[in-house]
Amino acid sequence: MNRLLTPTDAPTGSSWEELVTVALLGTERRTPPGVAPGREAPGALLDAAAVQTVRRRAGLRPGRAATRLAPAVEDPRPALPPAAARRLSMLLADRPGAGSGGRRGATPDLMELLPQWLTMANRRGFAAPPEALPALLDAARGRTDLRPAALAFAGPRALWLARLNPDWRFALRSTPGGGAALPGAGERERIERLWQEGLFAERVALLAAIRARDAAAARELLATTWATERAEDRLMFLDSLRTGLCAADEPFLEQALADRSRNVRATAAELLSALPGSALAGRMAERAGSCVAVDHTSGTPTIAVEAPPECDAGMERDGVVAKAPAGRGERSWWLGQLVEAAPLGTWSRRFGGRTPEEIVALPVADDWQGELHAAWCRAAVRQRDPSWSRALLGAPTAPEAGGPGAVSLAERAKLLGTLGGEERAEWVAGFIAVHGLSEAFQLLGVCAVPWAPPLGRAVVDALNIARDAGSYPWSFSGVMGLAERCLDPSEAVRLEALTAVPDEPENASPGAGGYWAESFQRLVSTLRLRAAMRSELS
Amino acid sequence: MTQQGVRWTADQVLALAPDAASRKAGSKLGAAGPWSEAGSSDEGTVWGLCRGSGSKPYQTVIDIADSTGPAYKCSCPSRKFPCKHALGLLLLWAGEDGTVPRGQAPDWAEQWMEGRRRRAEEKRTTSGASGASTGDPEAARRRAERRAERITAGAAELEQRLTDLLRGGLAAAEQAGYGLWEETAARMVDAQAPGLAARVRELGAIPSSGPGWPVRLLEECALLHLLDQGWLRRERLPEGLGATVRSRIGLSGSADGPPVRDRWLVLAQYDTGDSRLTTRRIWLYGAESGRSVLLLSYGAAGRAPELALPVGLVLDAEVSAYPGEGQLRAALGEQFAPPAPVVLRPPGVSVARATALYGEALRHDPWLDAHPVTLGRVIPTPDGESWQLADADGDSALPLTTAASSRSGLWRLVSLSGGAPVTVFGECGHRGFTPLAAWPEGPGEAVTLC
Repeated sequence: MNRLLTPTDAPTGSSWEELVTVALLGTERRTPPGVAPGREAPGALLDAAAVQTVRRRAGLRPGRAATRLAPAVEDPRPALPPAAARRLSMLLADRPGAGSGGRRGATPDLMELLPQWLTMANRRGFAAPPEALPALLDAARGRTDLRPAALAFAGPRALWLARLNPDWRFALRSTPGGGAALPGAGERERIERLWQEGLFAERVALLAAIRARDAAAARELLATTWATERAEDRLMFLDSLRTGLCAADEPFLEQALADRSRNVRATAAELLSALPGSALAGRMAERAGSCVAVDHTSGTPTIAVEAPPECDAGMERDGVVAKAPAGRGERSWWLGQLVEAAPLGTWSRRFGGRTPEEIVALPVADDWQGELHAAWCRAAVRQRDPSWSRALLGAPTAPEAGGPGAVSLAERAKLLGTLGGEERAEWVAGFIAVHGLSEAFQLLGVCAVPWAPPLGRAVVDALNIARDAGSYPWSFSGVMGLAERCLDPSEAVRLEALTAVPDEPENASPGAGGYWAESFQRLVSTLRLRAAMRSELS
Repeated sequence: MTQQGVRWTADQVLALAPDAASRKAGSKLGAAGPWSEAGSSDEGTVWGLCRGSGSKPYQTVIDIADSTGPAYKCSCPSRKFPCKHALGLLLLWAGEDGTVPRGQAPDWAEQWMEGRRRRAEEKRTTSGASGASTGDPEAARRRAERRAERITAGAAELEQRLTDLLRGGLAAAEQAGYGLWEETAARMVDAQAPGLAARVRELGAIPSSGPGWPVRLLEECALLHLLDQGWLRRERLPEGLGATVRSRIGLSGSADGPPVRDRWLVLAQYDTGDSRLTTRRIWLYGAESGRSVLLLSYGAAGRAPELALPVGLVLDAEVSAYPGEGQLRAALGEQFAPPAPVVLRPPGVSVARATALYGEALRHDPWLDAHPVTLGRVIPTPDGESWQLADADGDSALPLTTAASSRSGLWRLVSLSGGAPVTVFGECGHRGFTPLAAWPEGPGEAVTLC
């Protein structure tokens, strides 16, 4: 203990320890030094104790300094502009649970804007104000999705802090090497050492970093220790090859198909199937091709499907899972996996040079359409094939696009992910214009932020229509929340007119107009706030 | 004087909030969205209309130049003070996006300001004559005499209890528990000695306060005994010490010291409370006089005291000290300009000097638990489970109090330092140091830690 030091007792008179002992036992049992026993003893004890107490306090001296901490690494980034620092403290002050829940009212959800703020601040390369770090770390502790951006912004001092406070240990886990920079490209020796001796998280991060700048080097590094890694670790390392996947990875992946672990085999197979030129892709194309063919015997060409009769050892080796989930026929389960892993390019060749659109438009015999199209969707996503995605998505205005067609909303969202940002936004805008907002939430989630002008207009128009239809705004609270975060702030001007409370039409839900006005007020003020955030950070 | 160029920071505005919920609600309203017709005047008035859930917007107006801290008026039904609209408006004004332009106050705001000016004027003219209005001085003297008799009876009774306690021993008191002290505290309330009552109540908590409690209990009993004896022999005490005893007993007196005009830097504001009362402590530092003074303000339990000053700003104002030698408590008098930002820090001292200053302060007030000091060039350093502030240029250190080691402000302080020296203002006493505000070594605003 390094508490304050008290001066040694005075040479004369009773010592403090003696007084405490007497006080504990009571003057009936023990007499204070230099005092006659009897009625006066307690008072004399208190007198002496008062003198000692004041004396001890007045004579306090500092204790000895403990071992100093090694100072935090200097953050070389420029300091935040003062207005942006103020904004950050306001965003961080708005912590969930700090106030009443319930209805959202007309004011912005500040916490929801924190991710955007962090992204912008990181893009501009500002340093975090040190006094804001504890609140920032607390926020990141509660929300895993915030962590990467929050920790990047928080910088070296946050990791320095995290070593002192167990509540913030997550920061050390999420940042390998405890904030020490990963070895650079030229530092072979450090790379080797970290790879051989590092903790698992450090090794994953190292592999990912090397993979990002030199795909082959990462693969070679992994190969050096592959045989001795544990199964779970092999799986994670293999997964990091997803970045920069290329034909040169094939021999390594092909060898992993014979791995002891089933999960490793499945991941290797999945990666190989994303390489259309790989031997595995060829084998899968052959298998799938033998199951799916165009039948010209009737008047219109029709796709005929003959699901595989068995799942042989070769299929299993190539990653096909033999056991179907409960409630699914095993033959259709196998078919789905074959089609999913077969390169999409093979179908044009097999189907007489037809384009993806033409193939998707072909009728499919015997109710196989759902199964087949779903497998193509998965293949288009896995192989990131925009032309097939486009074909499978169809026109956004098509009537079946809005209903529960062959392609689910979740799949459509994934397909959209393979398209360019502009095309994505246009498709979703077209979808909303025809089908409204009730199904649009998932699709909006994959669009780039801020929303492109046509998409923003479509959303605002659709909200306006929903309001005029007289329903309550909370049916659209998901989309509203997205709009607050994703609409381009310049749309605020156009929205201003919607913030007034409208006259209530006769068939409207009671009070809906007021709630809509409130929702639009929140939307507009959030957009204004985002515009302010952006200008403060520039 | 114009205040258009000097705006507060969001932290300074949010420091005015009465509670966490208001902070949150207020910061949500600190955006242009719900506001219209907002503006501010050169005299330090800020106004605006805030659209709420009702059809009619709330009218919010704030006088930041008031002599007793900012004054607020809002047509909303909230009983929080300031309400979220006032906080939101101040945040909006503090922001730099031009949504609160300088302009002519609307009628409703002007009316309120006019009313305030009139009342202030009336107060000024009547205060000179107030001595006469308190009534019969003879009656007042008799009242004071009766109260002194009651306190004397209370002090004698308390002495008897302390004597009994020490005759039987403190070990026995551990078993007696809290109830004994609660009852004694109630007797002291009856005796109109709130200072004694509060100290007695604190005694009750000591036996359950962990290792070393007998030492602390004996210390506090001895100091209580000292206070009793001081009161019983008050006629024989020097004047200054006598005033200290009276104020420790709970006869607060009035702040009749000569008004001292200075540029007072608001160093810290924090609330402590028990089930009865919320006490707000505000530390000021005089730029010219170098004096530290303490403003106290009270609110009913769970409600924020009315006086709220923005930390980090400077007030051109007068303060008057309460009676008592070395007395730090003062009352805020007239304020000559709205609070303004300032690049000013109190000069720092070493940790050795800080403990010495506390020791010197005990000469005037042996019951003093802690004394305000600013430490220069200290480094927050972990020491086992607790923390200390270590001299950057020596090998001595002040431990933080147990309470301060577990507060969130500690982490702001540690983060601000990053292992490098900082300047720290706080209270230094026999329990250790309580940091309340800190400055980085280089340029930078005060960071509040409480």
